[in-house]
Parts: sequence; C-alpha cells; structure tokens
Amino acid sequence: MNVQAAITHILPLATIRRERLLPVPGRVVARRGQHITPTDVVAEAILDPEHLLLDIGRGLGLSAREADKYMAVKGGDQVGEGDVLAGPVGVARRVVRSPHDGTVVVAGEGQLLLRLDKPPFELKAAYQGEVVDLIADRGVIIETKGALIQGVWGNGRSSYGLLNVLAQAPDETLSVGRLDVSLRGSVVLAGYCDNEAVFQAGTDLPLRGLILASMNARLIPAASKVEYPVIVIEGFGKIPMNSAAFKLFSSSGRRDVTINAENWNRYLGTRPEVIMAVPESTQAELPDNTDVIVAGKHVRVVSPPYQGKLATVVSVSSTLSILPSGVTAAAASIRFEDGETALVPLANLDLIG
Amino acid sequence: MTTSLVDAESLLALEIGSVTTRAVLFDVVEGRYRYLGAGSAPTTAGAPFHNIIDGVRNALNQLQEVSGRTFIGADGQLMIPARPDGTGVDACVASLSVGPPLKVLAVGLLEDVSTESAQNLATTTYAHVIETMSLNDRRKTTARLDNILRLRPDLIIVAGGIEKGASQSVLSILESVGLACGVLPKEQRPEVLFAGNSALVKDVQQTLGTLASLQIAPNVRPTLDIEQLTPAQPALAQVFRHVRARQIRGVQEVDLWTGRKLMPSAMAFGRTIRYVSMEFPKKGVLGVDVGASATTIASAFAGDLILSVQSRLGLGENLPGILSLCSPDDILRWLPIELSADKLRDYIYNKSLYPASIPITEEELLIEQALATQAMYLAVRQARKSYPSSVHAPLPGLLPSFEPIIATGSVLTQAPKRGQALLTLLNALQPTGVTTIALDRNNLAAMLGAASGKNQYLVVQSLDATNFYNLATVISPVGQANPGTPVLHVRMTLPGGHETSREVKFGALEVLELPMGQTATLRLQPLHRFDVGMGGPGVGGNAVVTGGECGVIIDARGRPIRLNQEPPMRMEQIKKWRAVLRA
Repeated sequence: MNVQAAITHILPLATIRRERLLPVPGRVVARRGQHITPTDVVAEAILDPEHLLLDIGRGLGLSAREADKYMAVKGGDQVGEGDVLAGPVGVARRVVRSPHDGTVVVAGEGQLLLRLDKPPFELKAAYQGEVVDLIADRGVIIETKGALIQGVWGNGRSSYGLLNVLAQAPDETLSVGRLDVSLRGSVVLAGYCDNEAVFQAGTDLPLRGLILASMNARLIPAASKVEYPVIVIEGFGKIPMNSAAFKLFSSSGRRDVTINAENWNRYLGTRPEVIMAVPESTQAELPDNTDVIVAGKHVRVVSPPYQGKLATVVSVSSTLSILPSGVTAAAASIRFEDGETALVPLANLDLIG
Repeated sequence: MTTSLVDAESLLALEIGSVTTRAVLFDVVEGRYRYLGAGSAPTTAGAPFHNIIDGVRNALNQLQEVSGRTFIGADGQLMIPARPDGTGVDACVASLSVGPPLKVLAVGLLEDVSTESAQNLATTTYAHVIETMSLNDRRKTTARLDNILRLRPDLIIVAGGIEKGASQSVLSILESVGLACGVLPKEQRPEVLFAGNSALVKDVQQTLGTLASLQIAPNVRPTLDIEQLTPAQPALAQVFRHVRARQIRGVQEVDLWTGRKLMPSAMAFGRTIRYVSMEFPKKGVLGVDVGASATTIASAFAGDLILSVQSRLGLGENLPGILSLCSPDDILRWLPIELSADKLRDYIYNKSLYPASIPITEEELLIEQALATQAMYLAVRQARKSYPSSVHAPLPGLLPSFEPIIATGSVLTQAPKRGQALLTLLNALQPTGVTTIALDRNNLAAMLGAASGKNQYLVVQSLDATNFYNLATVISPVGQANPGTPVLHVRMTLPGGHETSREVKFGALEVLELPMGQTATLRLQPLHRFDVGMGGPGVGGNAVVTGGECGVIIDARGRPIRLNQEPPMRMEQIKKWRAVLRA
C-alpha cells in the first residue's frame, strides 16, 4: 500500500510560502504586498499582560452599586496615568485616577480591571520576501524565492546575513579557533560541533547565524541561550551533512541567507530552515509537501548506521523484512551515492525533494 | 461464553497514537468474537497533513486489504452501521493519545490536600501540570490572573472543599479563573473541570458557566483522607476530547463515528486492567503500556483503578523528558554493551526527532530496550505512591504481588525475541511473589477498554491467551542474603507425576522448562525467611502454574535487583541474564 509521507526540502530553487503567526491574538502591522526583511516586525501582541484590579467603591467611599453610577470609563477605553476613572463625588469632588497608562478591561460592581500598557512582543518576519496575505489578528503569509534547506533542530532565533563557508568537509569538527574576526557579522556554515565554547565565541564576534551539520546533544542548553540563530541540519552526534545540502551551501559562499531557526514542531507546522534568496523575477514552483516512497525517489536515512546519507529507492518490499536488529518492518532497498545498497525500514527514510 | 449471532455486531476499533494509527476488526466467528485483523499507518496529526483522518483512512485501507471487507463508502465516510451486502461495520470505538500533553493548571484549597488531588487527577491523562494555585498562594487576584494569561493552560482543574466543608474560600480562589476566562477571547479560553465540593456546583456554574467551557465531576477529595479519582475520569475524558478537537483536525469526525465516545487511550487501557482485576480479586492486576506518547501504569485492586500517565516517559517525541527524571547512567546500567552518556543523549534526541524510526542495528535495539526499562522503572515507582495503604508489599519500596501483569507497547510486542520483552519487564517492574506476565501481542488492551462500554461479550472473549500471550510465570523470592546462598527450594510436578527439584541461590535468574500452556504444580519452600508471597517470610506452599513462552522463571536476583557497580562486571551480569532468557 502506498502511503503519503512528508518531504524534507533540500531544493536549489523553489517558491516558498510561510505563515508567520503570533502565539496569541494581537495586531498585524505589515501590509499586503509589503516587501520585508527577516528582522521587520509583521505583527505584535502582549504575551505577558499585567492587570490592576481597582476598588472604585472604596476609592470613592461608596457602596459598589453607588460607585457604578460614577464610573467615568467603560470596557475598552484607553486611559492615561492620572486620568479620572470615576467620580467626582460629593463636595470634596472625590475621584479615582488611573495609576498607569492602560486599557479598561471591565468596569462594574464597584471594581475596575485595568490592563497596563507595556511594550508588545514583536513578531519578526524571519524571511525576506513579500507579504502575500494577512491573517486577521494573527499574522501574515510571506512568499519568497530561493534555495531551501530544512533542518531538524533550531534554537528559536532568526536572522540573515552573508554566508561564510567554513566547513571544508561535511563532518568537519568546528573548533573555537576557526571563528576569527573575518567571520564577524556573517552566517557561518560548519560541520559538527561538540564544544560549548564555540557558542560564546560566536556571541563575542558576533555571528549573525550558525548552520551546523550536527551537534552533540549535550550542547542544546548552550545553543539555546545564544542570541543568534543556530540550526542543525542532520541531528545529534557526529553526522556528516547530507551531500545535497552541503553542495548547495558550499557553492553559495557570500550569498545572502536567511535562517529561521524555529523549533521543529509537527503540530504547529514549524521547521527550522535556511533560505538563500534569488531575485523575485525568477520562475520557481511551490514544492509538494508530501509524496509516496516508491522506486526512484530520493531519500535520506534518519538513523544509524546510515544516518544523514542520501540514497535512491531501488524497490519497496511487498512483505515485511527482518532487519539486522531482528525487528520485522516494512522496508525498502536503497542505493547510496557510492553504489552500495542497504535494506532500511520505510519509517527511517525521509523523502527529499 | 457464546454470543447469539442475532446480537452479534462487528466492531471496528481505532487507536490513534502519536506515531501510528491502528484499525482493528472484531467479528463473530463460530459463535465467539475474534480478532480478525489489523491495519496500521503513520498518524497524520502533524505537518504537512494536519488531519488525523488521513492516517485513519490509510489504516482502514490496509485493514480492507487484510480482511477483504469494505469500510469506507464512495463518499469517503465510514459506513456505519453495516449494510446488508456486508460492507461497513456495526459499531466503531476509538481511543486517542496523539497530541502534546495538555497544559494543566491545578487549583485547590490546600497545597497538600485538594491541590494535590487536582494534580493527581491530571496525571490520569496525557497532561503536564504547569502551575498550581491554592490558598497557600499569597499572590493577589490580578497576579494570579496575569499568571493564567501568561501560561495559557488548556485545562484548569479545580478541586477543593471536602463534602460539607469549605465553600467561600473555593469561590474566592475561582475569582482569578473567572477573570482570566472573561478577559480571553472565547476561542482561547481554557476548559475548566470542577471536581470539588458538590455543594458548590451551582455557585461555580453561576461564576464560570457563561465564561468558560465548564465540566462538573464528582469531588476528587470528598474527605481529608480519601481521594477518589476514578469517578472524575469520564468528565476528564470529555474535556480531553474538547481540547483535542480544538487542536487537531479530524478528532471531531472520529468522535462522531464512535457516538461521541472517543476516549484517551490511557483511560481505555485502564478500563481493561480494571475489568481484569474484577476477575482476579485476590491480588491486584498491573497493566503497563510503554508507548510513544507516554508510559501508562494501570494498577487495579478488585475493581479499583489507579491510573498514572507519565508523558515525560513516552518513547517518542517526549523522550528527552526522561533525562529530567534520571541521569544517563540510570539508563546505561541496563545495557550489556559499552556506550557513553553523550552517545545515549544523542540517541534520545535523534529518536525524538524521528519517533517512528525503527532500530536497524542490534545496538539501537539494546538502547531502545534500556530506555523502555528505565521508563517503566520510573513510571511504576511513581504510580506506586498512589496505592492505598491497604495494599502491602513484602518490603517498603517494592511492588505488591500482582496477578497477572499485562504489558503492551510496540517496544515489547515487536521485540524480536520474547526473552527480550520478558527481561525488559523483569528489570523494570521487579515483580514480587508469584505472577504471570502476559504480553498484549496485538496491542489490543486500549481498544478493548474503549469497546467495553459498547460490547462486553467482545471484551470477555478477546481477553484470551491468543491475544494476551503468556510470556512466563515468574516466582520472585524477596529477602536478604549473601549472593550464592540457597534461598528457595522448588519442586515441580507435572500432571503425569514427573518431578524435578531445584535449589535456587540468591542472585540467580533461572528457567524451569514448562511448555507453553502446560500446567504443573510447584512446591515452593523459601529458605532464610525469604518471602514468595504465600503468607509471609519463610512461608511456602503449592502453586499451580502454566508454562509461558519463556517457561517458568525463578527471579532470585533480589529486590531491588542488585546490579554490579563495576560497568564491565555489570555488562557481563546482564549478558548472562539475557542468555538465560534467550534474549
């Protein structure tokens, strides 16, 4: 039976359409048709609101019911610090004033809930391109064209800059000494990282981004802390970068690259990726996101002992196969680029396209 | 037990896991319900599909190929009930474990009483308690409100107020919950489950009814001394359905197929274990489901179920969570091969990226079995904390004697050798006394639990040895002795009168060969006041046992098992145990 599987994109040229959404409803600030860079703000929202509950009755010296008659504001009203919220009452013309700038959420029963104004969270575009659609209160859809390489792990940051190819081989270990001043302000392509000090060195330069073939999982906390984006293309442990991605990167030195190192979240549909933009006039198609694993398809193996290797499917077994581990699974015979063949479970194959 | 064919209904059971979606067909053949076949396919809740129906259809297509029956009509919908031409199916049940753990805010009066019960209720489903709120919490109402808005829980469980107890303080603590619900847009509001003082239900409905999607459940803490979680589970299942329907497309459709009876897989699994426990009232029954979403421990004592779902101990995308509960060394100790902590950590994180991946090499298989061992080891010890005081173990910190232990989860059921599954279970659970270990070879336990509300015959007739495979009868003497000291004398008498005797030494793991399904009488005589679960230390007796796939096992390795502190010696120890069990 042929079942659709997700595709990991490693493409020299594609039209790329991505949603950028706020985690909570807010305000979209980008316009349809606007050309944006990755650091432009496209939407904003208050992620950690602060409220004050004001006892208006007590402030006016009235019962809750009486106090309601003197409310000077209602839900939704914007108020500034010192503005009158309720009153005046009596000869002394007693009033309750707003202690902060903010928005009245609700007022009644002698109380008033005020949401304080504070700087909003700003959602960056993370991509360079054109805003092709707006999603009310949530965000935008951005379209761009270029080479697309998807990874497996990111530290949640995004940025852009000129690509500097540091790795001479797809599994070269990155040492602190390789990060010299000539790399300042660039996005660096490296192989394997197993030294925590590399991330601090990247901050000190500073780097605009770091693309790794693989990384020791022990470094996840350190890589998560740095302010520039870090993206891992293959996984954890010393895994060489797949040949297609390495070839694309290594032939793109000094090109503008955008890194969106969002974490891979299948439920939200986010995935870390790198885009090397081309002029908008270039003709490129939207890539398919699913396909069927059949003979002739290009795949990458996602587990040992062939992790990160690219191959072509020779045939898909019609019956279950017994693996060297003894486990029985639906499997495919695949041929690697060096001509070697292996039997690999379908579940361990990532369609590449 | 036979079923009248007039009443017979074919039943389709679906289980939508975080990695795999399975469809199983049951129907009556020769007067009794039988498992007729299964189809499976990758679950499609995530990108790029974002709809579980695709995976369900793929699994159904495979089941159609296997069974020769047609379930999906030309309109793409499940044909239910069955048509006169034999297409379709009479009934459908389903359970679900896919999706991120529900973010839960547990609210109660006292931190170590009702708030704890609210947290305990959350651990009976796929959830993660992100915050607690109680009277001990001195924050202002607005600080609590801001906290709720910042954390955005999927579910707020409110407990508090024993029956005929506090009322006003419960309502005051609900003020910030009400405010948060009022401030949030309707589609963003959390579900609220009230499981507190029943006298407050009307007030709670008045306070929150218009602001939140409110469910009412029986009080989880009716008195200070008693915690009752099981009666609240149907309401919790309903909340789970609501949240998942909001998060994942296709859930509502499957729910409709089941007549709005879609349930969390863990709850369904617990139902089966509870059901079995009513058949074995003398001892408790233990169910262990080590899955991709979570490791679930269902312990039932004469019909009383204690369910514990450990989402951080799932073997799929949540797998790195195990490192927050134990060190890499705690996992490495179960391996017969040398592996560095770094390599183990890399393996764990890679597995979380590709949770469906299957071990190709023997090394990977050993790592997965070591991870499963540690996940179950931790989960069962967490679950044990909730056992009632009336349940006794031979020594503090050990499990009571269960009969049987039922295990499920593909890491066990798909293990290439049964001995591997058995050793994984023995190392993780470390049972005591005399117990049978059964393997749910077709992974049906949760499906039968989901079916139990619809078709009791099917459940009874499917809980048989064809589906629940007897791995072994295990005798585990408990006590203290020096390694090599004889601790148990065993005499096995076969029905024909043939006898074999053996003296078992402390530290040994031994197999008594007894063919699958054959019964024998064991005369057990513990030495040095060892306890074999026959009435106390040093008390022996006769036990009629049935041979399992791995025979009868005497596990005299001690409780807890003493692992050699030196890694090379420990690896040899584990290799020896593997050889004994032909793992």
